[in-house]
Amino acid sequence: MNPIQRRLARRTFLRRTGIGSVALASLLRSEATNAFAAPSAGVSAHQGLLESLHHRPRVKRVIHLCMAGGPSHLETFDYKPELARLDGQLMPPSITAGQPIAQLQGKELKVMGPQHSFQRRGESGLLISEVFPRIGQLADEMCVVKSMHTEQINHDPAHTFFNTGTAISGRPSMGSWVLYGLGSETEDLPGFIVLTSEGGGQSQPISSRQWHSGFLPSRYQGVQMHASGSPVHYVENPGGVTRGQQRDIVDTVSQINGNRNQELNDPEIATRLAGYEMAFRMQASVPELTDMSGETQKAIEMYGCTPGDGSFASNCLLARRLAERGVRFIQLYHRGWDHHGGVKNGVAKTAELVDQGTAALVKDLKQRGMLDETLIVWGGEFGRTPMAQGSGRDHHIKGYSLWMAGGGVRGGTSYGATDEFGYNAVEDKVHVRDFHATMLHMLGIDHNRLTFKFQGLDFRLTGVEPARVVKELLS
Amino acid sequence: MFRCLIAASACFVTAMMGQAAEQSIRFNRDIRAILSDKCFACHGPDAETVEGGLRLDLAEEATDPSLGAIVPGAPDESELVRRILSSDDDQMPPPDSHKSLTDQEQQLLVRWVAQGAVYEPHWAYTPMHAITGKRAGQNATRLIDGVISDRLDQEALAPAAAADPITLIRRLALDLTGIPPTPDQVEQFLADRSEDAYANLVDRLLNSPRYGERMATYWLDLVRYADTVGYHGDQNVSQSPYRDYVINAFNDNLPYDQFVREQLAGDLLPDATLQQRVASGYNRLNQTTEEGGSQAKEYLAIYFADRVRNVSQVFMGATVGCAQCHDHKYDPYTARDFYSLGAFFADLDERGVYSARSRPPMIRVPSNALQQELDQLDLQIQQTRSRIPGLTEKLIASQPAWENTAKSKLDDRREIETAWIDDQLRLDASPSGDLGFVSGDDVPVHRGKSARRQQSDGLVQHLFSDAKEPLVVGPDTRFYAWVHLNSNDPPAAIMLQFNDGNWSHRKVWGGDEISYGRKPKSDVAYQRAGELPEAGTWVRLEVDADEVGLAPGAKVNGMAFTQFGGLVHWDDAGVITVGQFPPPVVQALQVAADDRTTAQQDVLRSHYLAQAAEMIALENEIKALTDKREKRLETAPLTVVSESVSPRPIRILPRGNWMDDSGEIVQAAIPAFLGDLQVDGRATRLDLANWLCRDDNPLTARTMVNRVWSLLFGRGICTSVDDFGGQGTYPSYPDLLDALSIEFVESGWDIKQLIRTIVSSESYRRSSTPTAEMVQRDPYNDLFARQGRFGVDAEVVRDTALSVSGLLVEQIGGPSVHPYQPPGYYAQLNFPRREYAADEGKNQYRRGLYTHWQRTFLHPMLKAFDAPSREECTAMRARSNTPLQALVLLNDPSFVEAARVFAERIMREGGEATDQRVDWAYRCALSGKPDPAIGELLCQLYQRQLAAYQADADAATKLISQGASEVATDLNPAELAAWTNVARAILNLHETITRY
Repeated sequence: MNPIQRRLARRTFLRRTGIGSVALASLLRSEATNAFAAPSAGVSAHQGLLESLHHRPRVKRVIHLCMAGGPSHLETFDYKPELARLDGQLMPPSITAGQPIAQLQGKELKVMGPQHSFQRRGESGLLISEVFPRIGQLADEMCVVKSMHTEQINHDPAHTFFNTGTAISGRPSMGSWVLYGLGSETEDLPGFIVLTSEGGGQSQPISSRQWHSGFLPSRYQGVQMHASGSPVHYVENPGGVTRGQQRDIVDTVSQINGNRNQELNDPEIATRLAGYEMAFRMQASVPELTDMSGETQKAIEMYGCTPGDGSFASNCLLARRLAERGVRFIQLYHRGWDHHGGVKNGVAKTAELVDQGTAALVKDLKQRGMLDETLIVWGGEFGRTPMAQGSGRDHHIKGYSLWMAGGGVRGGTSYGATDEFGYNAVEDKVHVRDFHATMLHMLGIDHNRLTFKFQGLDFRLTGVEPARVVKELLS
Repeated sequence: MFRCLIAASACFVTAMMGQAAEQSIRFNRDIRAILSDKCFACHGPDAETVEGGLRLDLAEEATDPSLGAIVPGAPDESELVRRILSSDDDQMPPPDSHKSLTDQEQQLLVRWVAQGAVYEPHWAYTPMHAITGKRAGQNATRLIDGVISDRLDQEALAPAAAADPITLIRRLALDLTGIPPTPDQVEQFLADRSEDAYANLVDRLLNSPRYGERMATYWLDLVRYADTVGYHGDQNVSQSPYRDYVINAFNDNLPYDQFVREQLAGDLLPDATLQQRVASGYNRLNQTTEEGGSQAKEYLAIYFADRVRNVSQVFMGATVGCAQCHDHKYDPYTARDFYSLGAFFADLDERGVYSARSRPPMIRVPSNALQQELDQLDLQIQQTRSRIPGLTEKLIASQPAWENTAKSKLDDRREIETAWIDDQLRLDASPSGDLGFVSGDDVPVHRGKSARRQQSDGLVQHLFSDAKEPLVVGPDTRFYAWVHLNSNDPPAAIMLQFNDGNWSHRKVWGGDEISYGRKPKSDVAYQRAGELPEAGTWVRLEVDADEVGLAPGAKVNGMAFTQFGGLVHWDDAGVITVGQFPPPVVQALQVAADDRTTAQQDVLRSHYLAQAAEMIALENEIKALTDKREKRLETAPLTVVSESVSPRPIRILPRGNWMDDSGEIVQAAIPAFLGDLQVDGRATRLDLANWLCRDDNPLTARTMVNRVWSLLFGRGICTSVDDFGGQGTYPSYPDLLDALSIEFVESGWDIKQLIRTIVSSESYRRSSTPTAEMVQRDPYNDLFARQGRFGVDAEVVRDTALSVSGLLVEQIGGPSVHPYQPPGYYAQLNFPRREYAADEGKNQYRRGLYTHWQRTFLHPMLKAFDAPSREECTAMRARSNTPLQALVLLNDPSFVEAARVFAERIMREGGEATDQRVDWAYRCALSGKPDPAIGELLCQLYQRQLAAYQADADAATKLISQGASEVATDLNPAELAAWTNVARAILNLHETITRY
């Protein structure tokens, strides 16, 4: 650190502690209403909005394994023997009349029985489909929510709903909300990172809206990492520039900025300096992160992948490395669950692609003592119809499953239930916004109190309808 | 007790508001925001959830003696005061609301009640009023300075000094054109001692074509202009002609009221011009979908709500969108207002779910040069056509001779095959969407160069219909089509279908999967032909007109090709007729010439003329010209426009639920509390636009003036530039905002004049560096005692680097362009999958606003610098300062290339000595000379970098050959590489991307 940087760093520090004495409410207001011209708050990775958590947290990070396309709950976690009996018969119109429906609009609605068998797994005896031999080994860690329901029946809006709590574009994603509230624990990497993989079924598109910060400051947006090319955009020096030369340039820029600041007295300059420092560190930390040559053979075998091949399993391994480095919110999309046709083989195929990686990640975190501080969420944007669409199933939003594992999760249990058809969630229903409230709760945040003022309203992830923390899911 | 509270509060308020404490409390300034923020959620305009029957937004109810909530003048008798000061269970706001009043807010409320609890109507909904008192009648520029200076005097706050001229010209150039001034322009301005120097500079910048581009950048954020559809596959549907219309409108200084009218209702204006129709594309800038399984009704409701949100935000500064599900909680907009406002747009021709890349109605928009070419072709076509009557005259003379020959051929029963479709649609008919022509080595083709590929998991078809000259079916007419079923992925069934006014004429091969017209027993509407044809080879299918119920005389105008599942290639298809003449001609020929009816005479004459060699030659000549015209026109960009059709009924959707049809049908209307349009019949979009642009509309002018002000100060007079409602902020200078708004209307909605007025003020020309006192007393610059300072927009970051390097191509408009982008960035897109190809040549160096705007994956450079996705209205961009921005400026190839081309300029134009060159380079990017210490730092950087590249020639070559522009071969590579890194440092400076 040269003298200018030291001075600026100290100034930044002083300002930060100054902010510390202001009440949370007014901080919220000042950041919100004055975002346009006010100094942007420090770039420091550590800085979240919340002075202190609202209550004791169960976990400090989230890993969301987003099963994009809408996995069939009926072939994975919600066993419905009655469906097998009714296979081929018409669905009772009393259930389906007037309900939202996607590609089966105007078609004959016939029941299709479960296409895979289920087995009792673990000491808890949770019923888990045969397509997940390894995830089944996690049964005693898992809490399966069988009564999820959502409001959007097409992929794009349903993802948007699951990530932001509304189908209207331009709102912050849950990862951004969490980062905004808690900040990150790493100075070397972005606090919200997204990885993607595909395979096993039709690859529905995924918009970067799903990890956008919406109206929150853009430093809270998710950063997508890529399996090919630069892992993070522009993280590599231009050809012909060594790390030492790049350092030289960054130092010169910082010195000139510092010099000019004596005249300009602009707090944004200090933020800029910190930004360049973190950018420079990222140029080293990202390659270090994605260089998996240090992973043991045993670990690689557990995940069953070639590290860095862009597979879901490789992304799981990377997710563990991100968690180790203090990344707050990690999202892994696997695009491959949209089985309108051939649901039997399709689900088996996609399941095979995610089974080992998922199981390895949970076990790996446990072995390293990190599972207790991590919330794992596994699930898609919706489920699939009990009615056949040829040999497949259509989109379905009135009842579906997801599961959680990790710190504070009541393992070896299931919660809620759908009706005998697996159509409507009927018992202990969990709306997407209840899930959001619960997730924030586990992070130590009261969802009612994490707000941001935009267009005159105090926005929050859970929106304006009442949302419930599902305490029954917690240990 | 109250007395001491009030005394205490007075001190407090004095401390915080300067002398304001001696003034009386004003409801709009001091009280409304508190009530709105802390109380209205339960005691506000949303009628369904009023707690305890008490509404604090209505004076009569709040001060109703029977309720006793507020007793004007008597705080100690007012329940409101007791409850807000209470610490018991009945405390307000209740703790579980997570809202609480600060001490200061409590005191303001108490004092307001003590002073009589006087309510004022919300400022934004009251008429704009002219300024009174000593400043009445002053010109607007003097007024700005006068009003601000009065307030600063009152607050005893000294304004900042005038900005130095270099800062000023740089600020003005960035504000008005989005491009920093060149060193020459700076020199010229510094040297110009004339009184008009500044005014001339302002005029020069306002007249620069770059001005329109800069203003458009902001407008396009508001109206959410993009090049893709936004939802699901986010396919490309560009409306670049609309973008160019906006640029030109600002450059031509189109009056704002006309600008508003043309966008909302350009298509409804009398004798609408092409540009006015292009402008009407505004109404269709909303996101749309082509996702399979989407319900049209749901998406129509989504588009409807999107439009109401945008129209109200852009033109009214209002958040009417909140009233989609319930009456607005904070403003007087009701759910009925929401649906009534949307009902103005019920006449738009639109669909809920679109098919591939098509957003009808769309029109082609030729450039001026192309239009001239088209006009020329039209003239030629017209001239050629004019030869038809003469030729007809000449040919008629020989008709009897032809008839004789024709009669002798009546017995000829040869079959004639006419292709309706083969490589292209040959019949003059309308295709439905994309016909799917494909060609290439791995594509099976039966005849010509292409076939029509169709693949699906379910039902899929393509078709054409509405033939201008339908085929008249004869006794032996048959139809044919060539198909090729993929052996690995065969369909379950295929079907040919014909239209003679309806489509109930089908023949099906394979299974029963195709549900269209399916019946238990075969009949003409669903004729089962048995097994699928053999896969892996070309097979000719035939259909007798008779077997699908097409009797002689039936007029067939279209044909459809349907399959269920699988991959099928379709090739030529058409009709087989028997004999040389169609049945009506045969009939006419069989009648003696004198006995023919007029109709028969016409049939014969038309047929004769149409087959005459000379006429065919002439028709071919015309067709060649019209084809050429068509081809030329197709090079012009398409744009989506508004077209008016019979309006669909609009219902209030209870809680916004599109499936609920129980709501009342509403008519187009402006929000009820703002009045009533009083038009005869259905109010149109044009009526809405005319209402917005009335002289006395309280919203339109204030909204626009405030936004223009915010562009020029980084902050509005009302800081919530997106919300003038009760939850917005109170303007720091309401009287000034009104005066400028009135002036704006009276000037004829002259935007350039408004800008000139503001930038000519002393207030605009002040330094942006706050004094210590300002930082303490007015940290956010509400009082405008100084200028604002802020990071420039993402586009300007790019434009600055390009312009400093000399790479910038200054050219207005045209299709959107593709700067370098990291490979694989669109990997998450599908339907179709996309590969991004960076533009070559000059389109690589266009301004940022022309960048292809992919809503779901905005260019990473633009995104890093806070450009919005344009899914929704953005009236105020976020301004962040992040490590990702540093990575872009350091490593994005666009910036590396700009640096190395800038380096060439430094070596060629910057003089000889290193320090000279450093000075020159610094001035290019930052307008002023560097401090000696800074110059020294850059010189040292150069020396160190030079040493490194002298030791590693390969590295130098690598660095200086990045980007597509030509590499200088006459310059020393090590020096050029070293200067490139100096240039990179300069382009990375905070000041380079900041407007002070």
